[in-house]
Amino acid sequence: MSKYLLKRLVLSVVTVWAVITITFALMHSIPGDPFKSESKMPPQVYQNLLSQYGLDKPVTEQYVIYLGNLLQGDLGASMKSRVETVNDMVERGFPVSAQLGAQALLIAIVFGPALGSLAALYQNKFPDYLSMIIAIIGISVPSFIMGTVLIQFVARNVGFFPIGGWGTWQHSLLPSFALALMPLATMARLMRSSMLEVLGQDYIKTAKSKGIKKSAVILKHAVRNAILPVISILGTTISNLLVGSFVIEKIFGIPGLGRFFVQSISNRDYTLIMGTTIFYAIILIIMLFIVDVAYMFIDPRIKLVKEGR
Amino acid sequence: MEKILEIKNLAVSFKTFFGEVEAVRNISFDVGKKETVAVVGESGCGKSVTANSVMQLLPMPPAFFKTGEIIFKGEDLLKKSENEMQKIRGNHIGMIFQDPMTSLNPTMKVGSQIVEGLVKHQKVSREEAKKKAIEMLKLVSVPQPEKRIDQYPHEFSGGMRQRVMIALAMISNPDLLIADEPTTALDVTVQAQILDLMKELQDKLDMSIILITHDLGVVADMSDRVVVMYAGQIVEQGLTEEIFDNTSHPYTKKLLASVPRLDMKRDETLVSIEGTPPDLYIPPKGCAFYDRCDFAMKVCKDNMPEFTHHSQTHASRCWLSHPMAKGVKGSEK
Amino acid sequence: MKADTNLRPELFERAEKDNKNADKIKRPTIKYWPDVWRRLNHNKLAMLGLVLIILMGIMSFLGTEISGYTYFEQNLSMRNIDPGSEFWFGSDELGRDMFTRVWYGARYSLAIGIIAAFIDFLIGVLYGGIAGIASRRVDSIMMRVAEVIYSIPYLLIVILLSVVLSREGGGTSMFVLILAMSLTGWVPMAILVRGQVLQLKESEYSLASESLGATKGWILKKHIFPNTLGPILVNVTLTIPRAIFAEATLGFLGLGLQAPKSSLGTLANDGLAGLAVGNAYQIIIPAILISLIMFSFNVLGDGLRDALDPRLRK
Repeated sequence: MSKYLLKRLVLSVVTVWAVITITFALMHSIPGDPFKSESKMPPQVYQNLLSQYGLDKPVTEQYVIYLGNLLQGDLGASMKSRVETVNDMVERGFPVSAQLGAQALLIAIVFGPALGSLAALYQNKFPDYLSMIIAIIGISVPSFIMGTVLIQFVARNVGFFPIGGWGTWQHSLLPSFALALMPLATMARLMRSSMLEVLGQDYIKTAKSKGIKKSAVILKHAVRNAILPVISILGTTISNLLVGSFVIEKIFGIPGLGRFFVQSISNRDYTLIMGTTIFYAIILIIMLFIVDVAYMFIDPRIKLVKEGR
Repeated sequence: MEKILEIKNLAVSFKTFFGEVEAVRNISFDVGKKETVAVVGESGCGKSVTANSVMQLLPMPPAFFKTGEIIFKGEDLLKKSENEMQKIRGNHIGMIFQDPMTSLNPTMKVGSQIVEGLVKHQKVSREEAKKKAIEMLKLVSVPQPEKRIDQYPHEFSGGMRQRVMIALAMISNPDLLIADEPTTALDVTVQAQILDLMKELQDKLDMSIILITHDLGVVADMSDRVVVMYAGQIVEQGLTEEIFDNTSHPYTKKLLASVPRLDMKRDETLVSIEGTPPDLYIPPKGCAFYDRCDFAMKVCKDNMPEFTHHSQTHASRCWLSHPMAKGVKGSEK
Repeated sequence: MKADTNLRPELFERAEKDNKNADKIKRPTIKYWPDVWRRLNHNKLAMLGLVLIILMGIMSFLGTEISGYTYFEQNLSMRNIDPGSEFWFGSDELGRDMFTRVWYGARYSLAIGIIAAFIDFLIGVLYGGIAGIASRRVDSIMMRVAEVIYSIPYLLIVILLSVVLSREGGGTSMFVLILAMSLTGWVPMAILVRGQVLQLKESEYSLASESLGATKGWILKKHIFPNTLGPILVNVTLTIPRAIFAEATLGFLGLGLQAPKSSLGTLANDGLAGLAVGNAYQIIIPAILISLIMFSFNVLGDGLRDALDPRLRK
């Protein structure tokens, strides 16, 4: 098992390195330099700016310096905001984004598999149709539309929900829900088909032949096995939530990291884009690693399979 | 002999896209106390459907009971509610399935799977359950039971898993064990071990066994009586000796001839039964074996034969046993 | 036994038959592809999706021609007009006809989705196929590379590439959008194809038919093709909405096509501004269209998957 873990860890580190390198290469392949657009500045100031950001050095040297800084946890400076570094922005924005993401994940992970199981247990009956209608809406309506609809039709009419912003827990309800809907739908659909397959397995018949209650057959035997594929897509889900949060934070005016990222894109603040992208990638790859390890503990068979490779 | 199970005139069908498939067509047989009855036939002849009907584990729909009764210890199981059936399954009737590789839950420890039924039926404590699980694994000769109960099914070999299944099915000391092809998926050497184990446990625990199999070699070893099924019907039944020594139905004869024997001469060829059983989506009007029978007569095509009783215990369903068929090739014993 | 008066002695003669009948299969046989089509036909939701896709496809060309306006023509005296007889879907804040713009946007969105899915398909089949056929070592390296690419969040890389490849203030061209999406989008297809190839290479039925003397070509045609084509077809159908979704998200984040060109995503982004001043229709109409496209491709993909799965055959 530890051998597999080690292999997985190495692969994660390689991925992080690949992301850093790709991001760095992409950002430095942009012709010209970021200060060209702020033209008409005195040559001395321009030169100072370049050396301040280390842009007067050769690219390879810049790359080594950048990697070294990253290793020390320094994500670099922002080019447009002279006051805040990328680290400052991450510190300010990430807790908000993380809360939003965690709440959305919780909603998806509780209701998605539940709806999917219900649909499978009542295949081709009302609960199935209802769950699948919710699921189809969930996968068809992008989160930016769902967010807009929620603001327009729910927040504007129900005083309980603030229209936007961040602060109290009421603020977080609608954006969490809007963000959760697509992963919820994906999980519900996956759970339904996985559950249908499991329900046809021999060991379900064995469980029934023991005379235990139907609820025990479903919870201890069917759901426990059917949920495995759902857990295996958690990594992708988290990745989708992250990108979804850019959109949701923009719509709801939430001061999270996603909004900084989106702003940095429209400002063309290359160091900020680079820093946030790498931060996001690292968080995600850590998440993927955790999900993989968790999966190994949940499915006792996986140890053998993965190590056998 | 006291009867523990009586199946009377049972008919089970499946609704499919094409129409009704009559999987079991009006069968009747019984099982006595401490008796082993073998139900024999090719795949698709309805033997597993029969077994699952007793346990009421058929998916309904598409399956449904058309007629019949399944009397277990004086009560009709078909009239029982799901809750009442739960008190019988695993408690009074245990079941073993064909493929030990798929019939255990892959994500649950073996020990917990074995005792799950016991905990429900007899409300034992966790401590007791654990002790009982170890005891059962010892009984089915799984080495190092104390260690094994905390392992998962994939850490067991096929034969060991089937032992676990037997332990699981017998933990509540049932009156009847239904073994649905318990050895089909196992190696020949392991097969014999499993069968010996079942016989041994039967003597120890005083239970009846319904043994579903297509392997007549297994039958000769294990069973007191044999029920031969073909195309959803019983074509012959009797004591094991009667079936082997006094075979009446051409299908049974062919089944017997297709079993390899040690005393066979080198130049003797094994007999195979040409063709496949009829599709029960359009069951034949006459004898279902007509198309494949070497001795078929004109009468067989459109007329369903009734049972002819050769002794109190032995009966077969074939026109060759009819008085008017005297002298026709195949009618002699 | 009951005495049966109908039994005549001549009935007890040997029947004139050989046992050849025994193998006859009485159930009607159904060929694979017609059966797939029949089952797809039975799936009302999937058929609705197919019809909607065809309708939206036609409208994305016809829709820009029939209103009498062009997608770029501004009329500042006709700004933010509600949907009605003048402008069927209303007009935007620059007085452009929303009807024309929406169908123009749908054309772009559909084109981007379909082309991106097609490129993913090409690269994926090639990469996955090679990995599947190649030696274990090469396969292992190729799959590690794919795994690394796949762990990089898809949209993050698309955003990054769009930033790099587009000129400041110039919007992102369709070419760049498709390139960005295809750079990482092919991985799932490659993994799928490689898995299929490996499975089929070692599957018992192709082995069985080889041992029965079937030629490679026959196995390819009769076993590998029908069995691989299904999952690939489903995957392509489900890649299209993913690409459309990605494009819409990019457009919404301000990384879409340069105005006055539009995609459904940029229209929704513009509409968000309209919403703030009470012109909800400016976002609702493109939103409905995006959702309809996503819905149609998803249900069609689902329907195809169900229809192609022989295990679900009734």
